[in-house]
Amino acid sequence: MILTNIESIPSKNIVEHYGLVQGSTIRAKHVGRDLMAGLKNIVGGELKGYTELMKEARQQATDRMVEQAQELGANAIINVRFTTTSVSQGAAEMLAYGTAVRCE
Amino acid sequence: MELQFVANKANFMEPQPDSILVGLLVLFFYSLPILLLIATWIIGRTIEKRHYQDIRQREDRWHQVPATNGKPTPDLPQIASSELVVGSVVVSVDHFKRWLTGFRKIFGGEMKSYSSVIDRGRREAILRMKEACPEADMFVNCRIMTSTISNGKGKAIGCSEVLAYATALRFQPSDE
Repeated sequence: MILTNIESIPSKNIVEHYGLVQGSTIRAKHVGRDLMAGLKNIVGGELKGYTELMKEARQQATDRMVEQAQELGANAIINVRFTTTSVSQGAAEMLAYGTAVRCE
Repeated sequence: MELQFVANKANFMEPQPDSILVGLLVLFFYSLPILLLIATWIIGRTIEKRHYQDIRQREDRWHQVPATNGKPTPDLPQIASSELVVGSVVVSVDHFKRWLTGFRKIFGGEMKSYSSVIDRGRREAILRMKEACPEADMFVNCRIMTSTISNGKGKAIGCSEVLAYATALRFQPSDE
């Protein structure tokens, strides 16, 4: 599965479009990480635990998008976009979407 | 009865090592917020300085590789492969900076202490994005997004996420 965030796949020709595919996940942080992040929050800087969490969540959203594209018979997704929204205090939604295509 | 009372009083008036200790403890307790402010100011500044040093070093390493937020131009060399690269970082401000913004909100204007935090996060995210594909020759269509995860009201931890993503291109090795 090739993913790009431009309208084409360089070096390949797009032969078929399958339309929009998307994957999303809503994640809440857990207490253990919250405790460490709370301590780190006093001195500022990167909150590594949260970065990991967001990374995992984004990976899951991407995987779900890819799964959906595979069901359609696509072998690439173009124009991929990511968005993050905080749904409630301490929970975030990750959304990944793109256009599923078949390329040769 | 009377005598005993006087004796007790006299005993109390004498400075005891115990009461000095208690006094010091109370003083310490009341100055704790100030001590915390000073400590976080120093620690926060050290972390920031070190982070900027690290960022500058890594940016020097990457400045040969072009990155644009436009589409690939048709005059590029033959492209061998392309892939999506993502880099992200969650940042938060320190206790001292949060305290400073209280004053800033009265007068308005740029919150310099916050912009440096987001700037650090953004540059870090871009670097991580680039490091996700070390053999790339060019990055096209770079997108940067900042989102607030929680705004830090009450007991919640205020932090924002910076996300950078792009398509990494690898050129076909030229025959020359």
